[in-house]
Amino acid sequence: MIEIRELTVRFGGVTPIQAMDLTLPGGACGLIGPNGAGKTTFFNVLSGFVTPATGRVLAFGDDLLALPGHRRARWGLRRTFQTEQAIEQLSVYDNVAMVHEHTGGHRRDRHRDVLTALDFVGLSVSPTAPVGALGAGERRLVELARAVVGRPRVVLLDEPAAGLPDEETGRIGAVIRRIPAELDAMTVLVDHDMSLVSACCDVTAVLDFGRIVAAGPTQEVLRDEHVVRAYLGTEEVA
Amino acid sequence: MNVLEDAHRTTAPDHARHPTAAIGHRLRQPLSAAAWPAAVAAAALLLPLFTSPYWIQVLTAAAVFSVAALGLSVLYGRVGLISLGQIAMLAVGGWTAERLGQTGALPFWLVLLATGVVTGLIGIVIGLPALRLSGLYLALITLMLAAAVTIVLTNTNFPNGGPGFLGYDPVKSGTVPLARPAVAAGDTAYFRYTVVVCVLMFLLAIAHTRGRPGRAWAAIRQSEHAAVAAGINVTLYKLWAFALACFMTGVAGALLAASAGGLTVYQFPPQESITLLAALLMAGMYHFAGAVVAGLMLKAMPALLDTWGVSGNVLLIVFGVGLVQTLVTSPEGIAGQMSRDLARLGARVGMRRTTS
Ligand SMILES: Nc1ncnc2c1ncn2[C@@H]1O[C@H](COP(=O)(O)OP(=O)(O)OP(=O)(O)O)[C@@H](O)[C@H]1O
Ligand SMILES: [Mg+2]
Repeated sequence: MIEIRELTVRFGGVTPIQAMDLTLPGGACGLIGPNGAGKTTFFNVLSGFVTPATGRVLAFGDDLLALPGHRRARWGLRRTFQTEQAIEQLSVYDNVAMVHEHTGGHRRDRHRDVLTALDFVGLSVSPTAPVGALGAGERRLVELARAVVGRPRVVLLDEPAAGLPDEETGRIGAVIRRIPAELDAMTVLVDHDMSLVSACCDVTAVLDFGRIVAAGPTQEVLRDEHVVRAYLGTEEVA
Repeated sequence: MNVLEDAHRTTAPDHARHPTAAIGHRLRQPLSAAAWPAAVAAAALLLPLFTSPYWIQVLTAAAVFSVAALGLSVLYGRVGLISLGQIAMLAVGGWTAERLGQTGALPFWLVLLATGVVTGLIGIVIGLPALRLSGLYLALITLMLAAAVTIVLTNTNFPNGGPGFLGYDPVKSGTVPLARPAVAAGDTAYFRYTVVVCVLMFLLAIAHTRGRPGRAWAAIRQSEHAAVAAGINVTLYKLWAFALACFMTGVAGALLAASAGGLTVYQFPPQESITLLAALLMAGMYHFAGAVVAGLMLKAMPALLDTWGVSGNVLLIVFGVGLVQTLVTSPEGIAGQMSRDLARLGARVGMRRTTS
């Protein structure tokens, strides 16, 4: 469970997050909103890249903002990036092993844990393959494997399927659904693909201009007329 | 500098073919990175049989400068931190070694090690601004620090057996080289000693880049945010890189202190670090063999031109043109090209063997 209280972020004159109050109960939670709503900024606060002006974040009772950025990974916070960030110069194996070795994973478990993570995301390429040689979908899966290796507690996914063909999006969706179920880690999914969000997430919150405008069970939220107006314009809910 | 960096980054997806790409799994490495220094060492140890005393001195200097290039290769090639202070660090290492050697208390190898520790600690201090700066700003800061070292050394001079902390006696003037170890008193023996120590530095760098620090550096180089999200202590690993680079360069400076005729500040012009960067970009920033080539370009090529009666200044023009050519056609540099060609050759030979 993540409790966000009175969270405000300012960049000079811009206020991408305004007095955000939100409780993410666990399981898989969706976070949606139009471009520039502040979703990535919210993730960056959780990761420690952005220091909020005010507010508190309690993750399973721990004060997340009190930890230095790199310590949060050891605590169990993992994420993927909107522009995918698998490390090109390393092999698939090293990409995942690196997270394992810096988040308190034991050396003797490393080989097994890394291969388990690669298997979990369904990556079929050779672990020795250099990431620089992989296709976009495979690199997304490497990043996802980095996020689930070892003992993740909270997994933040920032548009994990952006730019991928429908078929690969479906596969990634299937992996995301298994994260809370099989790894016992709560997942926060940011995406513009409503079918992905409704397929993966039990609850969803809607962010608009830095404010939470709706939150609740995903199906109800997607029918909410505020949301339809703020986010989806006049289009039909997909 | 940004242009260079961009040229480097955008054309680099060739990492696919980098032999180091599969570090964790030691499979599929066409030419193991450790084979390079071994081959160079073997060549270097046999070389004195064929060359003159003059060339032995030149090659000793080239070995030393290849370690300075190696330090830059770790910093810039692996972590993405640019430093234009490598030559100054060589001078600081030389000074420290001469001063430590002057006490007469330490055996030669311990002078080398102690010098490395001193410059490594200095490296950590230099690394502190690097935590906040990068690219052009870091290049400027390190270049200015190098200029400061030159100014200080112009006033203090290198120790020549004088009294006090500075160990310089203005009456005696002149230079006093660091005493060589008994096993390597002659120029040829000392050349071999130098090569062995330099190979050790290369192995140290390889051990780092293949291990945990190398993986952390690769992450930091690509994206600090990705590194932090992976649990990497970016501060620690950046300072570690500076400490390692300056350790190695300091040891190289100590080797230079005992090479021939002692040290003067004129041997370490701050702008030489820029030439070093250019040479290394041309030779191959990402491959450690590139550091060897850069050392040769910096020290052996001027000597070669000299024997041909061509002005050494021509070299600057050659480097300038060569650099542009490299960035345009082969951003991996000479070493990258070589290792790829060798890998191709190896594959072809291997294929023939299996089919026959
Ligand atoms: N480092 C920064 N400095 C200044 N403004 C920023 C910074 N990062 C984000 N912003 C601004 O904050 C607002 C929220 O951006 P954010 O990236 O969080 O949106 P988002 O919801 O992730 O959008 P998208 O769906 O397009 O990814 C935008 O107006 C953006 O321009
Ligand atoms: Mg975003």
